[in-house]
Amino acid sequence: MPAFESLARRVILPLLIAISLSVTASFTHAHEFTGFVGGEARLFPNSALHIGQEDDSASLMIQPEYYHEFESGSSFTFAPFYRLDSADPERTHFDIRELTFLWLKEDFELRLGVRKVFWGTTEILHLVDIINQTDLVENVDTEDKLGQPMANISFARDWGTFDLYWLPYFRERTFVGKGGRLRGATVVDTDRTQYESGAKEWHSDWAFRYSHFFGDWDIGLSQFIGTSREPTLLDGTDSEGNAVKIPKYEQIKQTSLDVSFVTGEWLWKGEALYRTGQGNDDYFAWTGGFEYTFTRVWRSQMDLGIIGEWMFDTRENDANTAFENDLGGGLRLALNDAASTEALFGWVQDLNSSARFLFLEASRRFGDHLLLTVEFRTFINQPADDFLFEQRDDEILQLELAYYF
Amino acid sequence: MNHIFFILGIALFLNASPSSAETPEEKGLAIALEDDKRDNGYQDFTANLLMILKNRQGEESSRSIKNKTLEVEGDGDKSLSIFDKPRDVKGTTLLNFTHKVGTDDQWLYLPALKRVKRISSSNKSGSFMGSEFAYEDVTSQEVEKYTYKWIRDEEYQGEKCFVFERYPVYKNSGYTRQVIWLDQKDYKILRIEFYDRKNSSLKTLTQTDFKLYLGKYWYPHKMFMENHQTGKSTLLTWSDYEFRTGLSDKDFNKNSLKRTR
Repeated sequence: MPAFESLARRVILPLLIAISLSVTASFTHAHEFTGFVGGEARLFPNSALHIGQEDDSASLMIQPEYYHEFESGSSFTFAPFYRLDSADPERTHFDIRELTFLWLKEDFELRLGVRKVFWGTTEILHLVDIINQTDLVENVDTEDKLGQPMANISFARDWGTFDLYWLPYFRERTFVGKGGRLRGATVVDTDRTQYESGAKEWHSDWAFRYSHFFGDWDIGLSQFIGTSREPTLLDGTDSEGNAVKIPKYEQIKQTSLDVSFVTGEWLWKGEALYRTGQGNDDYFAWTGGFEYTFTRVWRSQMDLGIIGEWMFDTRENDANTAFENDLGGGLRLALNDAASTEALFGWVQDLNSSARFLFLEASRRFGDHLLLTVEFRTFINQPADDFLFEQRDDEILQLELAYYF
Repeated sequence: MNHIFFILGIALFLNASPSSAETPEEKGLAIALEDDKRDNGYQDFTANLLMILKNRQGEESSRSIKNKTLEVEGDGDKSLSIFDKPRDVKGTTLLNFTHKVGTDDQWLYLPALKRVKRISSSNKSGSFMGSEFAYEDVTSQEVEKYTYKWIRDEEYQGEKCFVFERYPVYKNSGYTRQVIWLDQKDYKILRIEFYDRKNSSLKTLTQTDFKLYLGKYWYPHKMFMENHQTGKSTLLTWSDYEFRTGLSDKDFNKNSLKRTR
């Protein structure tokens, strides 16, 4: 984290200023300044289980975005992010979500800078998505990502799209600190991070992806070679001798496939990966399932979607994931009203134990600019050996109100 | 396909000899084919649209969308709809490949996750962005998607019109039939009445403020859709039409879906 901030100060900000100056000097086509600012309250009905944790928390966040498009179609985007949190200094953090120059040519697209890339098709677990590091302090759903510095060249042809990524700098995962909820009993000490590679965070990672669609099928075939985004957590002590978890990032190779198939109201999805280098054993993991949508249910404008997905990891209980053999289900309701009211209710059942995880995510717009988002998550029957056992009392109700401009 | 060529053959024959006795169905199809013929050849266009949604109580909310459309020879159009407002959905983009026969291909881009998601296009009758327009109203209209029947000729708003009905042949339509008022001189659709699956009056669309582009194409700038069953309405205002901007297939793939603003 400190390394990235110094990188930001020394390299990215001067670069940004230089680009902005050249932008204002050149012929301008389109400028856009958008983004959001918001507040969030996190309420935990059960008192904190671990020493140092505060019960509830409040925070403020902002993510402005500047976008400029040149006459040629090439563009520049800058989106910084900042959160201020009342309970956890680790959750108070700054990140550059995007700082990209896109060079659009007839034959290729070249992107230089910091950005986010998503791979995958499933809803509950994003298994094959690997380019960006998870910004875990933001949300346990792992959908928030840190900006990844990269050079990406993309060739779109009749036979499909081929992408090559060079990832010259690694971003460490963020972890909840002492004051925060939704963590294990022992905090992760990101000052003691270890790397398998001597180059540490400056190891050059590479990725390739081929993606295309054939009628009702969409497929993506990807290869990643480099620093694992998922750390192995080792037992250790901090400078004062307290027990901590030390993240270790290994060198891995991952081959993955993601597919989706649409037929009528049915969407079938699947993701699978084979990874070597993480821990002692190579492993397979896959997830897949369906989404079926009933339109205009109960003679209204509402749509009701049903989601079913299965998640499996050949490491079973040794996996550093909560989804080693789990079945997930969800109901997605879209009111299709002027306020774009939506709700997603889901549950994930561990097939090897009684552990269960329930969540509800709902949102509604007020006026033209305000969006209220409500999230509820609860953990039920976590056995002592479960990945989420130490978070068993972290049932959470999260309210977020954001102003979009 | 043979069937389509057969119908086309009949239609051309009928066009060539208007005096021959034609059934109302043949006349309806002939009108639709002529309308389609007059619409062909625009190549591509970009435009902005503003939707004002009004509920029964008169409360309003708005959405603004950029649209890019590419004409595809021998098949339905390709289009990109880029949401600009409300701001919380800014950047959300819909890529649609319309097909004359069979289901359309649709992908949705979700900018917060940077995710492209294949979606089911079978939701024809669902509301487009909470408006009174259904997906089937806003996607490319192809001759093959309906059967037709001419009803009568009549004067409507000072214009001599064909009044004809069309019946969706694709699956999952929310309509049994649509009654269309088409002016005989320029083939502008002035009014459409929509009847639901129970054949009750559902919605009326009126199109006004037509402008002529490229000396050939009449496009409405205001489309007003009124729902008679709910009392809600949507006014869709088009602006900044630009034709033959040089768009190509490359502007309508999953890569361009991610970068278009």
